[in-house]
Amino acid sequence: MILKGKIWKFGDNIDTDAIIPARYLNTSDPAELARHCMEDADPAFMTRMTPGDIIVGGENFGCGSSREHAPIAIKAAGISCVVAKSFARIFYRNAFNMGLPIFESRDLADAIAEGAKITLDSAQGSITVEGQNQTFSISPIPPFMEQLIADGGLMKHIAGK
Amino acid sequence: MGYTITEKILMAHTDLKEIAPGRLINARVDIALGNDITAPIAIREFRAAGGKKVFDRDRVALVLDHFTPNKDINSAQQCKTVREFAVEHGITHFYEGGQVGVEHALLPEKGIVLPGDLVIGADSHTCTYGALGAFATGVGSTDLAAVLLTGELWFKVPESIKFVVYGKPQKWVSGKDLILHIIGRIGVDGALYSAMEFTGETIRALPMADRLSMANMAIEAGAKNGIFPPDEITREYVKPRAKRPYAFYTSDPDAVYAQTIEIDASRLEPQVAFPHLPSNVRAISQAGEVKIDQSLIGSCTNGRIEDLRVAAGILKGRKAAPHVRLIVVPATPFIYRQALQEGLLEIFMDAGAVISPPSCGACLGGHMGILAEGEKSVATTNRNFVGRMGHPRSEVYLAGTAVAAASAVLGRIASPDEI
Repeated sequence: MILKGKIWKFGDNIDTDAIIPARYLNTSDPAELARHCMEDADPAFMTRMTPGDIIVGGENFGCGSSREHAPIAIKAAGISCVVAKSFARIFYRNAFNMGLPIFESRDLADAIAEGAKITLDSAQGSITVEGQNQTFSISPIPPFMEQLIADGGLMKHIAGK
Repeated sequence: MGYTITEKILMAHTDLKEIAPGRLINARVDIALGNDITAPIAIREFRAAGGKKVFDRDRVALVLDHFTPNKDINSAQQCKTVREFAVEHGITHFYEGGQVGVEHALLPEKGIVLPGDLVIGADSHTCTYGALGAFATGVGSTDLAAVLLTGELWFKVPESIKFVVYGKPQKWVSGKDLILHIIGRIGVDGALYSAMEFTGETIRALPMADRLSMANMAIEAGAKNGIFPPDEITREYVKPRAKRPYAFYTSDPDAVYAQTIEIDASRLEPQVAFPHLPSNVRAISQAGEVKIDQSLIGSCTNGRIEDLRVAAGILKGRKAAPHVRLIVVPATPFIYRQALQEGLLEIFMDAGAVISPPSCGACLGGHMGILAEGEKSVATTNRNFVGRMGHPRSEVYLAGTAVAAASAVLGRIASPDEI
């Protein structure tokens, strides 16, 4: 998979309350959740982002609650993928289970500025930044996770067994 | 080479003869939990996958505890979805209305989760049941849907971190203070993907209520699960409650740990986690002058009868400071009734408290205790992220029950010793 987009930078420990505040969890409608995506981290995020953009986070992205509403909101907002230094484990599972592409890169976040345009090549395991020579590596996705993505998420993976 | 308790429980739920950290396994699930926020998505996924029958109606727990009593029309719709599913599938452990309690207080109390179990819940604080010597971990709604369908789920076997706690805790220092101290020490991702195993002489003497508080917050250090070796205290708690067989697992002496961390409990004061991370911890003597607008006593972390007794001991004959909203949330109907019979509710009412029905509402900023812009609340809950209990510019200070009660009386974050 090759994903190209403008990046939005967030810091360490972006929690699921910041990604989708609990006050909006009285629905699971993806379009409604998307309206409030990242609201408590950046209230103007949804008015500034455009579909296809990429979120870049620091350590422990998606920590906190198990709410799958968080990856649902990000995906429904049109974010193509999330790249972070590390992910909290429930968010990590949820993203693969429901089909939001996420990637770990130790070095990318500190080396690029908000608004940079990147190209992520998951087969090559690399990220290039427009106007920069440097290439960043992404951690390989475990084979089981690759299978989940190829099958279209956990439920389709199970149905196929 | 020996195994940890976590590895043993995971292995016992597969047909494997050996297991190691990092390995991906498919394991049988004993109990699967969902609530009014997370179950509707799982039900949608279950139906989309053609699900006609849940794997075992006695091993599913559906608890309508988050936005209940229904806070608005949308919340009522979500509850309706879960209720109709529960009726359709004859779910044994379905709780709502006057039977509902905060799920992680309710399931152990009812004996639904037991030692040696493998429990998954579409709620991050599912790790609470590790206090009983179970492997319990929070997952997402799609995971729950997969378990409803098949009774199994994929897991990566975690590495274990051993916490050896020794020394006699000072007065007012509870399990909550121990776990806040640990999170402050290792950080909110200090145990990422790992099992936190709590051992040592202090742990062996620790009452079940404190163990439940500690295991509850393992997720706040990023852990997959928190776990306590089951012992006589466990047996005493479980025996009158269990309606099916259970098993005690303990770690082998030569089990392998990624890390061992020692903690001298005798040197700890009550702890407070300042905004906006559970790891932003200070000793109460270093809290400074923080005026509060609200004190919340309750939640899956600290809403048990033992907490209410501590709070009542401090609040008896006293009143919440002017303009401080004191909210007490007994975590289950059984606890509520106990508090009523012991006269605790009268003490709380005399102190000017609002007594809430069992609900998660206030803790996660749902309803029944929301903060306005600029307001501060001390809370016995488990998270103090930006906007957690209301306005994005409100603040939550996490503490044990004694500090929350004392703070309500003095109108600022305070030690119970000041009362």
